[in-house]
Amino acid sequence: MYSQKVMDHFTNPRNVGEIPDADGVGEVGNPRCGDIMKIFIKVDGDVITDVKFQTFGCAAAIATSSMATELIKGKTLDEALAITNKTVADALDGLPAIKMHCSVLAEDGLRAAIEDYKRKMGLITEDEMAKPHEHIHDCADDEAANG
Amino acid sequence: MDRKIYMDHAATTYVKPEVLDEMLPYFTDKFGNPSSIYFYGREAKEAIEMAREKVAAAIGAEPSEIYFTSGGTESDNWAIKGAAFAGKKKGNHIITSAIEHHAVLHTCQYLEKLGFEITYLPVDQYGLINPDDVRRTITDKTLLISIMTANNEIGTIEPISEIGKIAREQGVYFHTDAVQAIGSMDIDVKSLNVDMLSLSGHKFYGPKGIGSLYIKKGVKIDQFMHGGAQERNRRASTENVPGIIGLGKAIELATATMPQRREHLTRLRDRLIKGIMDKIPFVRLNGHPTERLPGNANLSFEFIEGESMLLSLDLKGVAASSGSACTSGSLDPSHVLLAIGLPHEIAHGSLRLTLGDDNTEEDVDYVIEILPDIVERLRQMSPLFAEREGELKNV
Ligand SMILES: Cc1ncc(COP(=O)(O)O)c(C=O)c1O
Ligand code: FES
Repeated sequence: MYSQKVMDHFTNPRNVGEIPDADGVGEVGNPRCGDIMKIFIKVDGDVITDVKFQTFGCAAAIATSSMATELIKGKTLDEALAITNKTVADALDGLPAIKMHCSVLAEDGLRAAIEDYKRKMGLITEDEMAKPHEHIHDCADDEAANG
Repeated sequence: MDRKIYMDHAATTYVKPEVLDEMLPYFTDKFGNPSSIYFYGREAKEAIEMAREKVAAAIGAEPSEIYFTSGGTESDNWAIKGAAFAGKKKGNHIITSAIEHHAVLHTCQYLEKLGFEITYLPVDQYGLINPDDVRRTITDKTLLISIMTANNEIGTIEPISEIGKIAREQGVYFHTDAVQAIGSMDIDVKSLNVDMLSLSGHKFYGPKGIGSLYIKKGVKIDQFMHGGAQERNRRASTENVPGIIGLGKAIELATATMPQRREHLTRLRDRLIKGIMDKIPFVRLNGHPTERLPGNANLSFEFIEGESMLLSLDLKGVAASSGSACTSGSLDPSHVLLAIGLPHEIAHGSLRLTLGDDNTEEDVDYVIEILPDIVERLRQMSPLFAEREGELKNV
């Protein structure tokens, strides 16, 4: 059901781990439906020089996290923000329809980390922070979708 | 990957060669319609009546109380809807449990929409139903109690003998889904006071798409499949003759070899559970420690998710299953694991290994050998594990 690229990133995920002195940290997900992703970035000027992730989720969640970190490493913040879950899924040669929501996690984690960085730098205020995707809750049942 | 180990026998089993051999002529030479009066028909008819006797003998029923169906799902649907519709004059209340198979639960939910009232009894942390809860919930409107013999996910064996007694005393029909129990447990419908029992061929080395419903003589249930006069006018459709022959042979074999199977599976199961729990920290056993199906091991590994475990096991040649939301088509975690009180993230890390006749000690040891690395690798990726490790360092 998974492409070879997904299996490759699942079996050999790139950039796993944490960055203790990260400039930005994003943690997203809904433990009730299972997915949690944490992403750490180091930023120099406006370039993401290092990135690491931790994911609690299925193979698609792990592979999209891994691919997302590969895609943003060495990119400027604006370039990184232009990456969507579809970019990540496409880079993995696609995901099964039922697994598309897992790639949303990677996109949201990335945005959260960049926003955390901007907030720490005083570049934005809390109010300006973008809302995570509504459909992040896709894999929760209705009554679980409140959390 | 040269090694291939199947440890998902609760999902389905292969067809034993002896079973297949008996089935094959009924696809070709002996292809007649059992309703036909000429030789071809009589030959097929006689064969299905022999199979009926075998099914009846395996559960202590009369052959005339055995009806062939298309599987466990149809048997459950028929028993529950049939008793509900036939009993509408008496009442509208059905008692079942929170951990039944979807074939029972979704049928009950459908009946709820039609105005029936359903009580879904809770279970304790091991998945056991309390017979006193059954007794307390019965009202004069109660038509049916449907409680499974043993659970397909966590393997817990329910106290159906006590529940049957209560049902009989109160004059309420008792149906049990014994799909997972056949071949692993002694079942005698008479002494258990069971009025209806579902079973399915592909769980005990018989073919898929064939099952049976035992309906005790005198029990009033509506017809489910309308059409011809097959199955004593109660279940229309030309009989699945090869399937029925296979079911008969499979249940005969499964029953005859039950003591050895129980001994073999219990030994392997206990070795597997102990081996895993000794080698891997933060693991819990789901289901009852002793009142469980001989072949069932269901464990939750904290901090990690089931699908990624299954895929990692698959890469090493091991076939298993999980109650994780990520593995279910609906993306809901297993209702059984939630019902025993597991938080979502623990249900998420569940792994079910169900053993079968051909599994060996080497198979078990292989799983015990490869699993720690798989779990460790996934934990190293998990933010939950990192947090936990952080906490441990700080104390
Ligand atoms: C407890 C239980 N009931 C019912 C079923 C459904 O049986 P079948 O697949 O034959 O329809 C199964 C098997 O998946 C089961 O484990
Ligand atoms: S993390 Fe749950 S389906 Fe992907």
